[in-house]
Amino acid sequence: MKYADEFRDKAIALGLSKTIHAAADPERSYRFMEFCGGHTHAISRYGLEDILPSNVRMIHGPGCPVCVLPAGRIDMAIRLAERPDVILCVYGDLMRVPASQGASLLKAKAGGADIRMVYSTIDTIRIAEENPAREVVFFAIGFETTAPPTAVAVRLAEKKQLSNFSVFCNHVLTPPAMQNILESPDIGNIRHVEIDGFVGPGQVSTIIGTAPYGFFAEEFGKPVVIAGFEPLDMMHAILMLVGQVNEHRHEVENQYRRAVTRDGNLRAKEEISDIFELRDQFEWRGLGQVPYSGLKLKRAFAKYDAEVRFDMNELRVADNPACECGAILRGVKKPVDCKLFGTVCTPEMPVGSCMVSSEGACAAHWTYRRFRDQEQRGAS
Amino acid sequence: MCLAIPAEVKKLLTENMAVVSIDGVSKEISVALIEDIAIGDYVIIHVGYALAKIDPQEARRTLELLRELSIEGQRASQ
Ligand code: SF4
Repeated sequence: MKYADEFRDKAIALGLSKTIHAAADPERSYRFMEFCGGHTHAISRYGLEDILPSNVRMIHGPGCPVCVLPAGRIDMAIRLAERPDVILCVYGDLMRVPASQGASLLKAKAGGADIRMVYSTIDTIRIAEENPAREVVFFAIGFETTAPPTAVAVRLAEKKQLSNFSVFCNHVLTPPAMQNILESPDIGNIRHVEIDGFVGPGQVSTIIGTAPYGFFAEEFGKPVVIAGFEPLDMMHAILMLVGQVNEHRHEVENQYRRAVTRDGNLRAKEEISDIFELRDQFEWRGLGQVPYSGLKLKRAFAKYDAEVRFDMNELRVADNPACECGAILRGVKKPVDCKLFGTVCTPEMPVGSCMVSSEGACAAHWTYRRFRDQEQRGAS
Repeated sequence: MCLAIPAEVKKLLTENMAVVSIDGVSKEISVALIEDIAIGDYVIIHVGYALAKIDPQEARRTLELLRELSIEGQRASQ
């Protein structure tokens, strides 16, 4: 078993589709939000929406770490990268994210800033070791899955006594964002969107476990099913959610048992709590300020905190007013609702962050679904 | 960058590093976040780190269940 192809079997997927059709009550509709960008990607890539009943609708949530980073934080990173003594290390997905006034890390690099794409935080440590005369800053982004690797890097820097390594920390947490979405006025408003349940993130849950979702299931009366990333996992999770809705249950169920446990990865959680502390609030694109949703380095590690070390000023910039990323991230609009989709805004020339990463709702729709839209329009 | 990749541990190196095979392609990753890692384990890879071990028994159980559910659906539609 390789744990990939087996979970992509088409015949089983089509059978599951029939099971979901049989289970879904034609008298009602089911709206499920998948929080995680990896799920958004899988749904689009494997065309799962085509084999779901028409009254089962998937709403894409804000679980794409690149998409939720506010443009101001990119501006801050660009400013830092423009210092001649700095080498800025970033995950590749960030390079094309639009900052203010058409800027991006890619353009800053073309303009001479020393910005390097890294695959892993281990690479950043290596770069710091190789360049003792330069300041190496890691532009850290992502959810509970990327925070432990950042923590490991900080620990390594300490162990190796690197005095030229620091982290520009932008890590965010999943549960506060889910809560924010459920409490946001346009979600509560029935005319826009109502969510009947969540497909819980798989990767994030390998770290935090299933326990933190109990709160949602109880407090908001919404079912949560944590799912793996392969198409069969998604179909299975959707079937489980339909079952819970039909039976008026709202529990946390774990579809991704092969990788997710109740308590998650204790060692990784420990790394997070040893190195980071909560910010009072942190800005998310599309959600605004979300209390206790962001991490920063603890005071004991302040010398590795780029915001302290370089006295970075918080920058806030408004998003392009025509870009609907914010509403899309909250699940109240779809990519095709945006006037710029596919015309002004494409993955080659993204206007908003949702068009950049392959996990972003606009990019996923552009890459895998736009021809299908045309076919459907042509057929009707 | 969130995509999950299952990979097989082929070799353990020093400093918590390991060589894994992803569909036959070798890659060096960190196993600093995993306890009791052994050669032959399957792990989930993300940004160069193993985040979790895959439990082969649970995987088999899930697949069996998926097959059953799928057959149920095919029967229901006949
Ligand atoms: S298509 Fe582009 S401009 Fe429109 S919402 Fe998506 S990312 Fe923003």
